[in-house]
Amino acid sequence: MDHQPRKWMEVKDLAVEYTVEGDRVHAVNQVSFSLDRGQTLGLVGETGAGKTTIAKSILRILPDPPARICGGEIYFEGEELLTLPEKKMRTIRGNKISMIFQDPMTALNPVYTVGSQIAEVVALHQKVTGREAQMEAVRMLEKVGIDGERFGEYPHQFSGGMKQRVVIAMALACGPKLLLADEPTTALDVTIQAQVLDMMNQLKEEFGTSMILITHDLGIVAEMCDQVAVVYAGQIVEMGTAEDIFDRTAHPYTEGLFNSLPRVEGSKKRLTPIGGMPPNPMELPKGCAFSPRCPYAAKKCAEQCPGLRHLEGGHYSRCIKENVVRREKR
Amino acid sequence: MRTEQVLEVQHLKTYFPTQKGILHAVDDVSFSMEKGKTLGVVGESGCGKSTLGRTILHLLESTDGRILFHGEDVTRVDRRRLRKLREHMQIIFQDPFSSLNPRMSVREIIKEPLILKGGRTRQEMEEKVEELMDVVGLDRRLAFSYPHELDGGRRQRIGIARALALDPEFLVCDEPVSALDVSIQAQILNLMEDLQEERGLTYMFITHDLSVVRYISHEIAVMYLGQIVEKAPAEELFSHAFHPYTKALLSAIPVPDIHTKRKRILLKGELTSPVNPKPGCRFRSRCPYECEECRKPQELREIMPAHYAACHISRELAGMPDFPKGL
Repeated sequence: MDHQPRKWMEVKDLAVEYTVEGDRVHAVNQVSFSLDRGQTLGLVGETGAGKTTIAKSILRILPDPPARICGGEIYFEGEELLTLPEKKMRTIRGNKISMIFQDPMTALNPVYTVGSQIAEVVALHQKVTGREAQMEAVRMLEKVGIDGERFGEYPHQFSGGMKQRVVIAMALACGPKLLLADEPTTALDVTIQAQVLDMMNQLKEEFGTSMILITHDLGIVAEMCDQVAVVYAGQIVEMGTAEDIFDRTAHPYTEGLFNSLPRVEGSKKRLTPIGGMPPNPMELPKGCAFSPRCPYAAKKCAEQCPGLRHLEGGHYSRCIKENVVRREKR
Repeated sequence: MRTEQVLEVQHLKTYFPTQKGILHAVDDVSFSMEKGKTLGVVGESGCGKSTLGRTILHLLESTDGRILFHGEDVTRVDRRRLRKLREHMQIIFQDPFSSLNPRMSVREIIKEPLILKGGRTRQEMEEKVEELMDVVGLDRRLAFSYPHELDGGRRQRIGIARALALDPEFLVCDEPVSALDVSIQAQILNLMEDLQEERGLTYMFITHDLSVVRYISHEIAVMYLGQIVEKAPAEELFSHAFHPYTKALLSAIPVPDIHTKRKRILLKGELTSPVNPKPGCRFRSRCPYECEECRKPQELREIMPAHYAACHISRELAGMPDFPKGL
């Protein structure tokens, strides 16, 4: 896959490995994707697929050791982030690129007021006085729907949904160009999730922020994302526009995910789960990582690891069998 | 075929004293369950759905009301009788890690209820354990493994095997698939469906996931702050919800389809406190239809056959396709 000229944001052949008890484990392998300004890319996959590792690699906040980025390039606005000096990286982290984590409680410091935690981000990255940083924090709180008067309250005084709003306010305080949102609503109830997603969409429009949204929920993907990358065992197995993934599903794993979902609409059908379990990253199959669970697997699937095959437009699938899913669907 | 009633709950209340006052976790809940059917209980965190499940098994002391299991009041029997009754009423927990003793092997965990009940030889117990492992789809070679060596899906299968050990007829399933990935979740849901069919099990299925509850349930009860606000057959609830809370809840589910752009009913605010609740509808502070009438207590009323809602305007809403504009 050659993208010339460089996209606004581009990840190329990213590889990350962890050292576990002396053994090297490939957590992320050959991951490439790109993102345009103002767009939302969904990274979808199950627990342990490597979604969070990909996002943390972009910010270079993986714990090293045990994790190590062992290959690839990440371009952001013309700069290659992986080779940037740490000092320079700090002007990007939390400023141009920021991240929202799944659990809002661990992202907030329990002994500081929420206002001071937002003001800290502003003061760190922008040349403002302490007073101005505080004013900005109050403004951000109100943006995410929290009364500015709650500036002086502590995290434990907020409910889960409110805490996640604080975290979002903190992440957006410096007007980042790219927001990495790691399961931002997974810990929230559905009615609160609806409020938070709605607010994120509004803020995204207002600030023109691009977003990489990590989720396991295909419903959220359908609602929020322009582009989708499906991640399995550390690799992107299918990538394309939301229409490509939902209407022209090409990879057997993506199809399996859809068939496993109980639906709230349409008639009730018995679920077709994907057989077996996700592979242990310590002992990945030699060929296609999904082949042991794949209903369409042939002999050669277990022998060679397929590359991303270009289907049409921006639609790619990591499967040697072309059209296998689509033919079945008809 | 005549339907047999397994469980009947009448005006059940579970209150907890707190420093701020009395917490009404379950407040005047009544329903009954038929043999071989699944009652889904949905609601958001803090609505009292888990407390309800635990109170029914008498794992929590009820404050008032009756729980009739085949006509026998669970709250009034002595310890020995309760122990006997519990053989028929079991529970499957959400977190398949903290509900399994990490120092016991798979075989020991599944065998424990058999030992406690007694009356079987060692040989018979071993055979029963193997049979249960087959039933829930656990490979026999895992018998000597420990929970930490297994993934979430297999751990949940152990929890199910343990719950089935004494051949119960009624199971409270408290968020049994919420901690699992979708592909594994589907395996467990199918397993539970098969078990119900083969053994005529009755499930009370507690979850916050509306798509799961629709899939598994015959009847659904929606809870809000300790009370059932709507109850209906599963398909009926999803096609004609009456209570404003149910409507908002259903509209909030993200649907995995890019062509359905649905209008979402965004609720203002969050759950209010269940401590010393004021009389009247508990949803009214968030409800778009709030009016003077809502200050009076709202009782579950049958709006359509077998479809109950606790809202005075649900009859009017029944005729209305959607919320009025501007909300």
